[in-house]
Parts: sequence; structure tokens; C-alpha cells
Amino acid sequence: MQVEAFEGDIIAITGPPGIGKSCIIDAILQRLTPEKSIAVLAVDPTSPLSGGALLGDRIRLSVLDDKSKAESIFVRSVATRSSSGSIPSIIRDLASHLLANNFDLVLIETVGTGQSEMRCAAIANRIVVVEGPARGDGIQAEKAGLLELADLIVVNKSDLDGSDKVVNDLTMSLTLTSDAPPIIKTSTITGEGLDDLSVMITQLEERTSSKRARHRQQLLMAHENIITSNPHFEPILDRMSEEGLALEDALRELSD
Amino acid sequence: MGVRQRIVIAKPGLDGHDRGAKVVARALRDGGHEVIYTGLRRTPEQIVRTVMDEDARFVGLSSLSGAHSHLFPKVCALLKESGLNDVVVFGGGIIPEEDRSPLFSAGVRAIFGPGTSSSEILEFVDVASTRDCGVGSQDGWHWGE
Repeated sequence: MQVEAFEGDIIAITGPPGIGKSCIIDAILQRLTPEKSIAVLAVDPTSPLSGGALLGDRIRLSVLDDKSKAESIFVRSVATRSSSGSIPSIIRDLASHLLANNFDLVLIETVGTGQSEMRCAAIANRIVVVEGPARGDGIQAEKAGLLELADLIVVNKSDLDGSDKVVNDLTMSLTLTSDAPPIIKTSTITGEGLDDLSVMITQLEERTSSKRARHRQQLLMAHENIITSNPHFEPILDRMSEEGLALEDALRELSD
Repeated sequence: MGVRQRIVIAKPGLDGHDRGAKVVARALRDGGHEVIYTGLRRTPEQIVRTVMDEDARFVGLSSLSGAHSHLFPKVCALLKESGLNDVVVFGGGIIPEEDRSPLFSAGVRAIFGPGTSSSEILEFVDVASTRDCGVGSQDGWHWGE
């Protein structure tokens, strides 16, 4: 099924595993529903060995226990399947479909990501990067990568020691950037910052500097799609691992 | 290996023990299926809503609290009410032999007790995938009959 790209708010929530992406989404849903109808597409990894997946993001969404709110929320767990990035390309069609069906907002929870995983930029029109304390020294904030594409940076787990330092390091690093994204400190334990975050998330401005990077990711994702949706992809993969088919020959066969 | 299925593993009712449910979820994952785990203490309504939103073909109910004779048929009835007649229901946990027949009549297609091998559960999923044995089907079949 082909779905027309639909203009609307698609926000990716991304960041390392265990940093609190699901809990932050729960907090946002608690504050914005039932006034807004919100769809959550929660991505978890597919096992590279068995092809199976354990999709556990729903467990954190305690908002679903509240009947009056649950009615305006849709949650679909999605496995990465054969895609290499933090979100599979099918998410694009899912999100467009949901927006076309009157959801006000689509939140995409990516798989836990590292420094250079930017595939979510191909689909989301806003990116929220979640960071946290005890994840390295100030140099980490200076490194190029995902942080540069953020439209908002959330420093979560502010109840733990070291979160102020992370905020300082990030702020220092971003003072040299022309259109730096805002930084907000949150804790799903104490509730700090969550009200502000819920307001900010509906008012995020697109940063012009990330436009080209966004298109780059769209191209890469589309290209990868062509390869992984090729019916010969899996058979060729089998022959590489079982018969020792060389990479160059595999590539040649795929592009034939 | 059979076709990859989307399977909800759910813990209905007031029951805090999910070691078994997690082992089953893991076994299904390693068998190549996509498993959505609900977490503890879900109501039948929440479970059915999850099955619907997640577009799952199977739902596995785990109960060690003794309330299975109430909760499992309730889930079956709500699935049918919601038009999810093609969803295959199976159960596990501590389900005494004499309680099983009414559960099969309610639409549960398999019950797995302690000591079940994970390969048997995977075999059930493969077999059930090929038959018309959703909760709303008239097929009176159940696993192990």
C-alpha cells in the first residue's frame, strides 16, 4: 500500500537505551490527552539471529490505565525487521496514515540509539534527543552527530547526580552553534520539567540548518529500501553465509 | 520455522508473577515471532485493546492466581464482541486439569502447564497459523486433543 506523505506533526523521540524515552512519552501523553489525540509508534529491535522481536515499550505507558485518556491514544509496537536504522521505513506510511485519520500528533519512539544514528530524520519533522547523566565527560557534548540535528534536547533523570553538569556541557557546546536547540531538564521520578516539556513539544520550531541532513537521510532510507525489498535479498544473504558468495558478486546480482 | 506472527503475551488480573510469561515471550522471540508483552495486572479490556492496536494474530494469557476460569473466557468474549474473531487464544500457568474443558469451550485453543517445552509452544503457533481456529471460529479443535 502506498500512502501519500501527509503534512503534520511527526516527532521522533530518540536517545540511548534506558535513558527514559518511554517514560517521557508516558509523561507527555498524561499531560496532552484527552485534549489531543496522539499516536505512538514504538520501535524495538528485531533479533538479527532469529528475526523475532520482544516489543516491550507499552509496559511503561501507565497512561493507558486511565480510561478517559486511553481512548484518545493509539499505540503500535513496531519491530525494525530488515532495516538498518533506528526506525524502519514502514513508519513513514504508518505515520501518514494516522495523521490522515485525524490524529493530532504522532510520536515515534526510536530504538535506543548511539551517536550517529540519524535515520529518524528521514521521517520525523522534529527530533527530540534524550540525554542523561553519567554518560561520559564534556568531550561527548562536543562530538558531532545526532545532537546537531536535535530540535530539542531533554536531559532526563535530573534526580540523579551529574545532570547539571550534562546541561552545562551541552550548553557550552551549543553556544558556538548559530541556531541552538533549547535544553530542558526532566525527571519522571520527581516530575521536574515535564509540564514545560509537554508545552514545548507542541511548539517546536524547525531548525533550518538540519534541512539538508534530513533530505540526506530520506535518500539513504529510500535507497536501502530498494535493496532490502528486492526479492533476491534474502536468498543472496543465504548464499553469502552458506556458499561463500563474495560481497562484490552479491552487490552485482542485487543491482541487476 | 513457520510464518512470523505477531503475538501478545498478557498477564490478566491480580497476579504478580511473570517469570513464566517472560520465558514464553523469549521463546517465541527466539522462534522468530514478534512478541508484545503487556506487563502485569492488565484488565481483559486492556488486553483486547492491545490485541486490536497491535494487529496481533495470537494472544497468550498467563495466570497463576486461580482466576483463569473468570478471566480467560472474559477475554474470549470481549475479542468476539470487538470483531476480532480470527485471533487465536492460548493460555498457560497453573490451570488444574478439571478447569480446562470449559476454557476450551470458551475459545481457548491450547493450555500449557509447567514443564511444557518451548518447542511445543512454537509448534502450536505453527499449526494454529494454518487452521481457521480463531476465537470466533466454530472449529472445536484444541491443542493436544
